[in-house]
Amino acid sequence: MTDDTTPGHGHVLILEPGRADRHYWRDLWAYRELFAILAWRDVAVRYKQTVIGVAWAVIRPSLTMVIFTVVFGRLAKLPSEGGAPYPVMVFAGMLPWFLFSTILSEASGSLVGNANLVGKVYFPRLIIPASSAAVALVDFAINFAILLSLMVWYGYWPSWRIALLPAFVVLSMLASLGPAFLITALNVKYRDFRYIIPFIVQFGLYVSPVGFSSEIVSEHWRFFYSLNPMVGVIDGFRWCILGGDSSIYLPDFLLSLGVVAAFLWLGVTYFRRTERSFADLI
Amino acid sequence: MSADVIIRAEGLGKKYTIGHATDRERYVALRDVLARGARDAWRKTVDMARGRPIVAGDTVEEFWALKDVSFEVKRGEVLGIIGRNGAGKSTLLKILSRITEPSEGRVTIHGRVASLLEVGTGFHSELTGRENIYLNGAILGMRRAEVRRKFDEIVAFSEVEKFLDTPVKHYSSGMYVRLAFSVAAHLEPEILIVDEVLAVGDARFQMKCLGKLSEVVGGGRTVLFVSHNIAAVERLAFRSILLQNGQVIANGPAASTVSTYLRTFKDLPAGWINVETTPRKYLGTRQAVITHIFLDHGQSLISRDHPIIFTLRSKIIDPINVMRVSFTIFALDGTPVGSGFSNEMDVSHHHGAIGHRVTISAPGLAPGRYYFGIAIGRGDHTSGHVDYDVVFDCLPFEVAPPLTKDGVLSFWSHAWGPVLFTNVVLTADSKNVGADAA
Repeated sequence: MTDDTTPGHGHVLILEPGRADRHYWRDLWAYRELFAILAWRDVAVRYKQTVIGVAWAVIRPSLTMVIFTVVFGRLAKLPSEGGAPYPVMVFAGMLPWFLFSTILSEASGSLVGNANLVGKVYFPRLIIPASSAAVALVDFAINFAILLSLMVWYGYWPSWRIALLPAFVVLSMLASLGPAFLITALNVKYRDFRYIIPFIVQFGLYVSPVGFSSEIVSEHWRFFYSLNPMVGVIDGFRWCILGGDSSIYLPDFLLSLGVVAAFLWLGVTYFRRTERSFADLI
Repeated sequence: MSADVIIRAEGLGKKYTIGHATDRERYVALRDVLARGARDAWRKTVDMARGRPIVAGDTVEEFWALKDVSFEVKRGEVLGIIGRNGAGKSTLLKILSRITEPSEGRVTIHGRVASLLEVGTGFHSELTGRENIYLNGAILGMRRAEVRRKFDEIVAFSEVEKFLDTPVKHYSSGMYVRLAFSVAAHLEPEILIVDEVLAVGDARFQMKCLGKLSEVVGGGRTVLFVSHNIAAVERLAFRSILLQNGQVIANGPAASTVSTYLRTFKDLPAGWINVETTPRKYLGTRQAVITHIFLDHGQSLISRDHPIIFTLRSKIIDPINVMRVSFTIFALDGTPVGSGFSNEMDVSHHHGAIGHRVTISAPGLAPGRYYFGIAIGRGDHTSGHVDYDVVFDCLPFEVAPPLTKDGVLSFWSHAWGPVLFTNVVLTADSKNVGADAA
């Protein structure tokens, strides 16, 4: 039988083992409303359930900022970047870092948390971790507001480069989604992967230049340091937000970009390869 | 190869991998423990490297939930899918709904499919009724504009207008189900796949749902549905297929498939039945497993006043302190009739094989044919329960209709249900007769 014999209905679907779905990206686009509504659900539920929800989003970064400023700025007397006050520099680095860590932790449990959906309805599964990442954007907006008030408090004025910030927000989302997709998919098969997340988040906070400027890393280590994709992202954020002579090393930044792209490719590929069996495993 | 075939399944199969714990030798030597641990770890590493799921247990067994299933559905046809628990009905629907992938074979579908495998999928208890309508609509594949257009109709059908802006966690279960079904009832795909959703809500709402489904059917849409409600299948489906152990054993007019289905129950074996290697539909903790079961009366007719007695042998695998037996009795069409939990027995000094006898002293069942689902475990409905092992679809039996005074078999209509209430007492009541008595 050929598709031509079907009267008037162009939509033909063939289900076969191992058949890579050719219409995957088209399907993903067709399900954009589901993506939007799931993201809206996650945000609505989060801020409906807890009064503390908003307060928590303010307290956590503020306290971290204070601690980093005291430990790295006052005790270790590390230099700030571009003449910015130390707290502002720390906060500018924390913005992408918290975006990264929230996306990672929200996404990794999202499929298991939505097991009832996965077992009962078809849709491209990529929607679930992606929509849970939307919650992180709301937290990001709150953090950004804190940063703005911090800058007003210090009377610190950003340069024109802050106009490029949206591009770096997108970059940090991409940097987060790659590992997030990978760990989400692995977590369905091997539930122990959820124990890795707190470790990555805690460890990464100190390995990435959040509490200090990446400028203090010595020249011949910088190459290896930039293999951490968050290094490029955080540098980019500081470059946008902190004016003056805050600088960005282009080769290292490109290297970070490459790592981000590699992780994204790996995450999406692995996710797509395993997603057909999610319903059987979950 | 006619042009109006809308779904064609060819040689469909679905394989699952399940793990078994083999007889565990006592860990006497550290060497054995290490060797076993290393073997396990190696197997799991290899599994992981190859991207296969890690399966618990020592030996891995393949289990075909569906095997070589082929059928066609024509445009506008209503196909019923029947079969016992574990026959593969749900697996088939999951493949057709694209939730899971077949292990072999192929399906060709011409048209948009919407599947309804559960009522209220994705409902969130913190969200209001109104919000959940949009959420559930999107999950079922409706566009927002479509939901908005049908919104009033959905709300009217559900009869929860007053509580539309209340979080559904405050709804009664009836309201919840009505709202959920209403959203689903307004789906308009070319092909609708439905799993056992008619068994929701109160009787009046069920009738309303059946009516709505008939309307959908009348509208020329293609519908595939699974139901335990044999009457619904006979009434709604033109044709039905019967699945048994993952294979299609009958495919034809609904009435004839249904009668084939009812006949399959006679084929269940009697006497001691070895169920140790029977595939389990629900895996318990497997701290102990049921190995053999036996119905004292065999398949023979049980007189209604007679107790039902069955015996089972189990094998304790991991040390456990207590064991109880629980059971559910099903009517022939798969409707659960009732369940019971035995007392717990101390088994802490046992290991290996153990036997138990269960006596249901006054079952109160109406004449008819029934079968069991049996579980061993601990705890009950009051304390919370854990099942070690569960065996479905076993020990068929028949409750004989009593003889009348003339010595012929009495009559019991299926419409009267599976329970016969006894000791129904009629007494005279002179107080409430009213004025007419005077």
